Amino acid sequence: MADALESDAAAPGGMNRRRFLTWVVASPTLMIAARLGLDVPEAAAAEAPVTEAQTPLSLYIAIQLDGRVVTTLPRTEMGQGITTAVAMLVAEELDVALDSVDVRSADADPRWLIQLTGLSSTMRYLAGPLRSAAAEARARIVTAAALRLRALAFTLTTANGEVHAPDGRRVGYGELAEDAAHVLLPAVSSQPKPPSEYTVVGRPTGRIDALDIVTGAARYALDLDVPGALPAVVARPPTLRGTVQSFNDAVARAMPGVVGVVPLASGVAVVAQTFAQAFAARDALQVSWTAGPASTLSDVDIRARLRDAIGPRPLPPLLTTRTVEGRFDFPYLAHATMETQSCVARVQGTQAEVWLGAQDPKYAQREVARALGWDLAPQRVTVHVVRAGGGFGRRFFNQVAVEAALVSRAIGRPVKLMWSRNDDMRHGHFRPASHHRILAHLGLGGSLLGWNHRAAIPTVELPHGFGDVLTALAGEVLPNVTSAVFFALSQRLHYRFGLVGHELREVAIPIPTASFRSVFTSQVGVANEVFVDQLARELQVDPVALRRSRLTSSRLKAVLEKVVSEGQWGRALPPGVAQGVAVLEEWESAIAHLIEVDVTGGTPRVLRVVIAADVGLPINPKGIEAQLQGAAVDAMSTTLSAGLHIDAGAVREGSFADYRWLRMKHVPSDIQVHLVRSDDRVGGVGELGYPSAAAALANAIARATGTMPTRFPILDEGV
Amino acid sequence: MVAHQFILNGQSVTVETPADLPLLWVLRDVLGVTGPKYGCGVGVCGACTSHLDGEAFRPCIHPVGSTAGREVMTIEGLGAQGLHPVQQAWVTEDVAQCGFCQPGQIMAAVALLRKNSHPSDADIDAAMSENVCRCGTYVRIRAAIKRAALLLRSGAGVNGG
Repeated sequence: MADALESDAAAPGGMNRRRFLTWVVASPTLMIAARLGLDVPEAAAAEAPVTEAQTPLSLYIAIQLDGRVVTTLPRTEMGQGITTAVAMLVAEELDVALDSVDVRSADADPRWLIQLTGLSSTMRYLAGPLRSAAAEARARIVTAAALRLRALAFTLTTANGEVHAPDGRRVGYGELAEDAAHVLLPAVSSQPKPPSEYTVVGRPTGRIDALDIVTGAARYALDLDVPGALPAVVARPPTLRGTVQSFNDAVARAMPGVVGVVPLASGVAVVAQTFAQAFAARDALQVSWTAGPASTLSDVDIRARLRDAIGPRPLPPLLTTRTVEGRFDFPYLAHATMETQSCVARVQGTQAEVWLGAQDPKYAQREVARALGWDLAPQRVTVHVVRAGGGFGRRFFNQVAVEAALVSRAIGRPVKLMWSRNDDMRHGHFRPASHHRILAHLGLGGSLLGWNHRAAIPTVELPHGFGDVLTALAGEVLPNVTSAVFFALSQRLHYRFGLVGHELREVAIPIPTASFRSVFTSQVGVANEVFVDQLARELQVDPVALRRSRLTSSRLKAVLEKVVSEGQWGRALPPGVAQGVAVLEEWESAIAHLIEVDVTGGTPRVLRVVIAADVGLPINPKGIEAQLQGAAVDAMSTTLSAGLHIDAGAVREGSFADYRWLRMKHVPSDIQVHLVRSDDRVGGVGELGYPSAAAALANAIARATGTMPTRFPILDEGV
Repeated sequence: MVAHQFILNGQSVTVETPADLPLLWVLRDVLGVTGPKYGCGVGVCGACTSHLDGEAFRPCIHPVGSTAGREVMTIEGLGAQGLHPVQQAWVTEDVAQCGFCQPGQIMAAVALLRKNSHPSDADIDAAMSENVCRCGTYVRIRAAIKRAALLLRSGAGVNGG
């Protein structure tokens, strides 16, 4: 299992471990579909002229009569920049201008081989099929041009959406789109370009949707113009998963603008002409609640349960002379996306349509169908995947879509249902709290004989599609991907520390959970890297020197050296200011952070962040930099000040006023990102930047204060 | 229900709503102006930040009744006659990730630069720390404000500002 998460999206030119099947889809203009061909025999790969409309597929690319190239993906843009990176790959292989490529998110459809956005898998998984499909489309366009121009295909060249003949004649892709759909066999190679010939991929490129965003034209679910859709909000219980005992809506129904009141399992919905009126009527509802299943639990109880689950120490390896122990506590975290949970739904008779920024649209489709009593006919539910205002793992869960569909059916009108910020903070699925014990077993002369990390974590509710993604990435069919399986697959230590073990102790706590950026590594990986520094202190060696001597990965060593030099590790600093480093290899990528922190003001202040990352082929360096900067801010926020408290089964924090995500004034003006490129594999980026940023900050604080932080967030004052 | 008249993005509009209806919902639900976003409804996140008589304000906590006869500008009005230098700088610095908070961030930045053509880091901290960006784009927001300040000082395009 050690390399179960290794790359699939190998670069063209002899590195393919996976094959990509492409085929022409019956269509008036050229349309190429592609799939990651786990079950494709090598001989059939790449050029197989299949025309099966029902074949499971990964994506398709269409050339329109106007020359625009439309790429349709079963993926969701939530800010992570995949639409731009995808457009770059397509523009590169097709030789078209970047701004002539449109990238669309597909509706939920069981035919999509994998329709899930997470696990930093989009580019790893799609880069290969995208390149193959675009190269195939180009070959057919060139072939069609050869026939049209009566020229030898191999003499033709392509640039900027046109085919050029040696005699100067040129013809646009749009004009060839129909002919190209009927090309039986391409007359030129349909092999993707070698990366050495790239001119678009690898160039720092701004987002293709930047203009829409800065003008306010970008549309999120609730900005869509679905005719007649009415605002809806839900009165929710004070405790997590509490239920409605009884309610009186007489006052609420008589309030201005109110259209209807609909009881739900999760609360009582109010539909009105405006959200303000819906909120006002919601507040006028008189509801008696039955307390939720966690109502006997507060932080102290949860922490005790987690601590108790760790159990006695395992026997140390032979020859152990000393064992060093570290204990760490992490809090529950809300994803707190800027756009709260939101959905537009229209249910009419036996058909439903929802507009949702879903990370797992097929699951949303099944859940909505089940809620409407259509378990056996999920195809009656159309899920339109829309741009999401942040995801981070939260949008694997679709309660908002279920609520919207039920309310729409009950009132017989389309609705736009929105969770308030309070709802979003207090009734979500959360990154669970955790308790960790790390034991480092030392032998004579400072030798390291073993490392045992036992993590007690409430069971994480993983999305249903994780198994499919991991299967595709691993190239082998995996068992049902439970919390425990995912933990075993994902948690590793890239150090020569003797006998290394990571163990998960799952604890049943009835608080809804979810994966969060970096999943288990957001706790396990952070604790490991903080304790590596502690070990360096025990051994009285420099933390960089310890890592240099013990790291097993050349990629990690390279990114570490990069931050050491760029960040001037060990430079003279005033008292109360210190540096910290940490590293991580995951998602086929490697990263190191060097952070400088000032603790002289009482509250730690981050002065500078230096990041070096090896993500293999950097498709869009500007997008990668953005992801790594953003993940660093996440890490700083949750390490220093943002965490949830549970009071008798209720979440205490209700908004950004008390869930203290960092603001402009807390974030340094300098978060440098340096890219190191060891090869042309496509590594994951979305989650890569979180764990070692958190650990480097904790390590810097330990070095500045002389005390290793063990409980996060460090500035927690409200226990 | 009373009629409320105000100037929205340069045009006079009249709406019939209760006077205490927060302007955000008049904009979004009555007028279909969706650039300003709901992020908290209590004035702590800044996602709806727009301008009232040229000053940054929070439509989510501002009743429509108190806008009578005044000028409201949303992100839609800012770029009505070509991109404002702040929007240009936002594109150049590739600030946005999910983009949800960015209309509010941009409107806050425009208001800052109108009062202070040469903001220091401390000025930016003071003016921009009430706008949350959950994607963590602060480094680029800061860079874009400085770039926009340069553009504005050099007299490049002041449309809509």
